[in-house]
Amino acid sequence: MSREIIEKIRERFKEKVEIFEKSPKRIYVNVDKKDSPNVIQYLFEDLGARFSIASGVDTRAGIEILYHMAFDNENLFVTVRTLAPKPNPEIDSIVLFLPGAEWIEREIHDLLGVNFIGHPNLERLLLSDDWPEGKYPLRKEEES
Amino acid sequence: MSERCIIPIGPYHPLLEEPEFFKFYVEGEKVVDAELRIGYNHRGIEKLGESKTYDQLPFLVERICGICSTSHPIANVQAAEDISGIEIPERAKYIRTIVGELERIESHLLWVGLAGHFIGYNTVFMWAWRYREPVLDMFEIITGNRNHYAMMKVGGVRRDIKDEDIPGLEKALSEVDSFTKMLTDAVLDDPIIQARTKGVGVLRKKDAIEMCVVGPTARPSGLKIDVRKDHPYAAYDRINFDVITREEGDVFAKAVVRLLEILESVKIIRQCLKKMPAGPIEVEVREIGKGEGIGLHEAPRGEVFHYIRSNGSNYPERVKIRAPSFMNVPSFKKTVIGESIADAALITAAVDPCYCCTERMAAIDVGTGKEIMDGQKLIKLSQEKTEQLRK
Repeated sequence: MSREIIEKIRERFKEKVEIFEKSPKRIYVNVDKKDSPNVIQYLFEDLGARFSIASGVDTRAGIEILYHMAFDNENLFVTVRTLAPKPNPEIDSIVLFLPGAEWIEREIHDLLGVNFIGHPNLERLLLSDDWPEGKYPLRKEEES
Repeated sequence: MSERCIIPIGPYHPLLEEPEFFKFYVEGEKVVDAELRIGYNHRGIEKLGESKTYDQLPFLVERICGICSTSHPIANVQAAEDISGIEIPERAKYIRTIVGELERIESHLLWVGLAGHFIGYNTVFMWAWRYREPVLDMFEIITGNRNHYAMMKVGGVRRDIKDEDIPGLEKALSEVDSFTKMLTDAVLDDPIIQARTKGVGVLRKKDAIEMCVVGPTARPSGLKIDVRKDHPYAAYDRINFDVITREEGDVFAKAVVRLLEILESVKIIRQCLKKMPAGPIEVEVREIGKGEGIGLHEAPRGEVFHYIRSNGSNYPERVKIRAPSFMNVPSFKKTVIGESIADAALITAAVDPCYCCTERMAAIDVGTGKEIMDGQKLIKLSQEKTEQLRK
C-alpha cells in the first residue's frame, strides 16, 4: 500500500522530492522549502492524509521542519522534511489550506524563531508576554 | 442589534482545575467570537528531554499529565523502539495494552463526572468518581501507584502483572461494566441531559477534518480514526473491539462515545487477561542507534504523538511531543460561536481539554512550609495502604 503512495508522490513531484522508506510504516520525503506546501497540500487534499503535527529541529544549517502526515487507512506515516536556513529562518505557512496547523506554526515560531509567511495570526502561543524578543528556547545554543 | 461585550473566563481554572483564559465576545446571550490564551503552564519539557537518557525519558514524560500519565510513556518508548526497530516480548505487549485501557476507563469516568458537574448534575459527578476509585485501586495493586505508574521502558515493561492480582482486577472490571451500562442508559433517557447537550456545540465533519482533531473529539463527528486500529501497536491487533463513532458531533454524541468506549476498554482488558502468554516482560536494549522514530498511542483524549531524533548517543537530539488536546482545543472556535454563553463552558469542556499536556508542564509542588512527615514515613504509609488493598 505504501508503494502506491510513494509512486503517486514521485509521479506528481518528480525530481523535486527525495523519498526514503525507513520501514513499511514510515516514509520520509525530503523537499525544498519552496515546494513543501504544495507537497503537503497534495497529501492532505488529494490523497486524504491527516495532518498529525509538525516538528522543528535546530540543526547547524537551519531549522529543519518535519510535517508528519498520517494515512490512517494504510497504517503509514509520511513525514515531509524541509529546511529553513539560518540566520533568518522563514517558510510559507500551510494554515491557509490546513487550519489545524495554526497552533503548531505559532509554537514553532515561539520556540525556534521560524517566520511563517502568510500565517493569519502569528502571535505568541506558549511563551509569556515578558519573554525577551529574539530568544528561542528550543535552539541548541540555549541551555536546558 | 445588541451591543457587543467581552466576557473573560479564566485564567484560574474556569473549567477543569487548570489555567486557561477564554475571551468570549457576546451580543446579548450569543457568543459571536472567541479567543483563547494559553501558556500559563509551559515548563519546557521538550527542552528538558534533550538532557535525559532514554531510560530517564519515560519518567519525565510521565509527569506531563497526571490523568493520562501512561499515554506519554507508551508513545515515547515506542518512538525510541521505532528508531532501531526493537521488538518487545509478547507478554509486555499485553501488559502495555492493559495499563493503557485501564487508564482510558479512569480518564473517561473522570470526564463523565466533570461533565455532570458542569451542567449542575452533581449526582453524576459523585457516581462517576465513586466508580473510578476501584480502578485507581487496581492501578495501585498492579503498578504500585494510583498515578504515574512507571510501567514503561524501552524494550518492554518494568513490572509484571501477578496472577494473584487478576481476580481483583476482574471484580473491579465487572463493577465498572455494570455501572457504565446503568449510567449510559440513564444518560440516554434523561430529558435534562438531552436538553442541555443535544444539538449543542456541534463540530461538523468537514471542520473536524480541517482542524485535524483526534480521538473522542473526532469520532463523535463521524471520523472513524483510532490509532489502536489504524496504526496497531502493543497487543491491539490481537484483540476484538469496536471503534465507537457517532454522526451528530454535539456534546451529547461526545458523551455517548466516551461512555461506550469505557465498555470497549473493559472488553479489551478481559480479552488481554485471557490471552496473555507467560514469558519475559522485557528485552535487553544495549543502545539506541542513530536515526529518528515516531511513537503513537491512542490516549483517552486521542492520538499522542512522539518524535525522537537520536544521534547515537545516550541522549536524544530532539524530543517532539504532541498531546491530543493540542489539536482538539482549537476546535472550540468552530463549536462555540453562535451558541449561548451559558453553554460555552460545557462546549469547551466537551473536548476534555488537558492543558498540562498541551503545554507540557510538570506536576505542581504545593509547599506548606511545615514538615509533618518525612519521605520515608510517607513511603511506608503508602506501602501499608497498598497491602490493605490487597486483602
